[in-house]
Amino acid sequence: MRTATSALKSKDLLGIEALLPDEIELILDTAEGFKEVSERPVKKVPALRGQLVINLFMEASTRTRVSFEIAEKRLSADTLNFTASGSSVEKGETLIDTAENLVAMHPDMIVIRAKHPGAPKMLADRLPNVSIINAGDGSHEHPTQALLDAFTIRERLGRLAGVNVSIIGDIAHSRVVRSNIHLLTKMKANVTVAAPPTLIPCEIGKMGVRVVNTLDEAVEGADVIMMLRIQLERQGKLSFPSLREYYNTFGLTPERLSRASSDAIIMHPGPMNRGVEIASDVADDPKRSVILEQVTNGVAVRMAVLYLLGGAHNVE
Amino acid sequence: MSSSLLITNARVVDPSQELDAKLDLLIEDGVLVKADKRVKGNVETIDAKGLIAVPGLIDLHTHLREPGQEHKETIATGTRAAVAGGYTAVCAMANTLPPNDERAVTEMIIAESRRNGACRVYPIGAVSKGLKGEALAELADLRTAGCVGVSDDGKPVWNAQLMRRALEYCTMLGIPVIAHEEDANLTDGGVMHEGYFSTLLGMGGIPAASEETLVARDVILARVTGAHVHIAHVSTAGAVESVRHARAAGVHVTCEVTPHHIALGDDAVQSFSTNLKMNPPLRSKEHRDALLAGIADGTIDAIATDHAPHHFDEKNVEFDLAPFGVIGLESAFPICYEHLVRAKVIDLDRLIDLMSCAPARIFNLPGGTLRHGSPGDVTLLDLDAPITFTPPFQSKASNSAFIGQTLRGRAVTTIVGGEVRYDIRPSISAGKKKTKR
Repeated sequence: MRTATSALKSKDLLGIEALLPDEIELILDTAEGFKEVSERPVKKVPALRGQLVINLFMEASTRTRVSFEIAEKRLSADTLNFTASGSSVEKGETLIDTAENLVAMHPDMIVIRAKHPGAPKMLADRLPNVSIINAGDGSHEHPTQALLDAFTIRERLGRLAGVNVSIIGDIAHSRVVRSNIHLLTKMKANVTVAAPPTLIPCEIGKMGVRVVNTLDEAVEGADVIMMLRIQLERQGKLSFPSLREYYNTFGLTPERLSRASSDAIIMHPGPMNRGVEIASDVADDPKRSVILEQVTNGVAVRMAVLYLLGGAHNVE
Repeated sequence: MSSSLLITNARVVDPSQELDAKLDLLIEDGVLVKADKRVKGNVETIDAKGLIAVPGLIDLHTHLREPGQEHKETIATGTRAAVAGGYTAVCAMANTLPPNDERAVTEMIIAESRRNGACRVYPIGAVSKGLKGEALAELADLRTAGCVGVSDDGKPVWNAQLMRRALEYCTMLGIPVIAHEEDANLTDGGVMHEGYFSTLLGMGGIPAASEETLVARDVILARVTGAHVHIAHVSTAGAVESVRHARAAGVHVTCEVTPHHIALGDDAVQSFSTNLKMNPPLRSKEHRDALLAGIADGTIDAIATDHAPHHFDEKNVEFDLAPFGVIGLESAFPICYEHLVRAKVIDLDRLIDLMSCAPARIFNLPGGTLRHGSPGDVTLLDLDAPITFTPPFQSKASNSAFIGQTLRGRAVTTIVGGEVRYDIRPSISAGKKKTKR
């Protein structure tokens, strides 16, 4: 596949919002090449040899942190993992001071998972000589998740344009949703979001999506059904009365799934709450569920991002 | 010691007397004694040719941070920022450490202002002891000590009964209760206006209803008590509408709006700059349009800065973690002149009314007029002089929402009680320096 662009504009990947469709395609096309690397007996290319990537994780994460680390290692980068717990952050050091201290040791890239929206941008604005990759900032963006979702959809359905994607769950607090909406609307897919009104954020329709309040409407005619994790701590507070009621109204079961198109795929960014937002029969459906493919593709997509931001100039 | 100051050749704009004329102003012993054509006298003279003389600006809403948070601002630095912005008087909010909830604190603020203040300082007392919203502070004692109003600003008086009693009590004292209107449950940890941009940025939203529900409550309480409630920093369409409606029904309600709520919208927060984080937050266009309409039709009485200095370190963190508040004294006039007068929402007369005459009138303060016998508080404006907002400021803090902007139109000379406290006229800086602290 040929794309109109061969490089990313920015030194950083802070979100999908600022990316052009050409850049998105470039990342996805590059990831296709890297997917094959993970299937070789020797799963390594020298693209980032001699480069130092710091994974700065201020918030708990399994999938994303491991995925980035594997991607970095397969590109031969030196990697260092930094988590908030057990670090100077617990002594009250600010994020900026922490990052500036790390930068004083000359990393090439920092992958950051932050509790607060805008933290990656704050670092990118202040640290001109290092590439910042957003691995999720609060409820704001999670660009590599949206890219791996798009990669998976494209791989399964052969295209993004015109695909009907329904995203169901805690829309209000999800960074995955925001990045996916940016990406999918830029690539001309049709996006529907569904949740109880208490989990739909203000004026989200202006982002170019259809908003519905029933699962049936969301599933009807969908090619892709993306379920979001319901944070268990929200039940019984003000978002919804109970997990039981949530499952009864928005949980994806085989019966409800029958309204979707017959070849619709099921996605979930993880971690899943089985029996809350999704029934195990659906999550484990070998034909429809692509949840583990998403995880596999995550490595390839992150390799592509790391390569394009850090490695591309080394090879040429 | 008697002293005199003569200001000649100024265009005098004084909405309190519907005056707009070329006049000379003579101040003797701190009092304006003459406003006339060709006043003669062998006294210190300022030639204000090409400048506009207006009654000194008065800010109803300033956080001077002293006592207790002198790392952010002091009475000395805050009032220096005030005179640099053309203000000759500021009302100092009560949320200091300790709060201004008792006479000793009020007296300390007044004493320090007299010692080191560049302009007049009128303390605002607390409504409740410790700003806790539980029991009334000694409001009569605060009044006697010099407080010109009472407020728990920074947070609302959440208990409606306490608010009602404060309003009732203040009818006896002849001072307003200044209300910070916010329902903390609706705000729910929000950090910016709830709307499209909070959704886009994934940040907690502060709904307009958080302000509007309490404004509605308090105009009702003002009606039943007959008291004067002054709504601080109105920021939403519904708040303006409640005030308009209540006033039409005869309720004694006044309100203020800040320059930043006029000039900036919530779209600006996309930069994640913590200098755009304040409470109430920058609102969306429909709300800003309603503020402009409220200014144009007179519903909004005054412009107040809500000058809220914070230390650089406190703001140099993630948006979520930064404290609310921006400084405003030095930028208020240029911003309002640009966004209200140049933008043809109102004329200069009305702006001076909003920034000087009305504040004096509604809080019953001296000044706000150039009538004979009033305080010799005069600000000279140069409507063409450029001003760029870049740190360092006269304020100790640099958390301005307008950093980097250049505008035209500013105060060039600020005279408090007949004394020149700020002066950047070119002739002066070239020759003898007259700037006093």
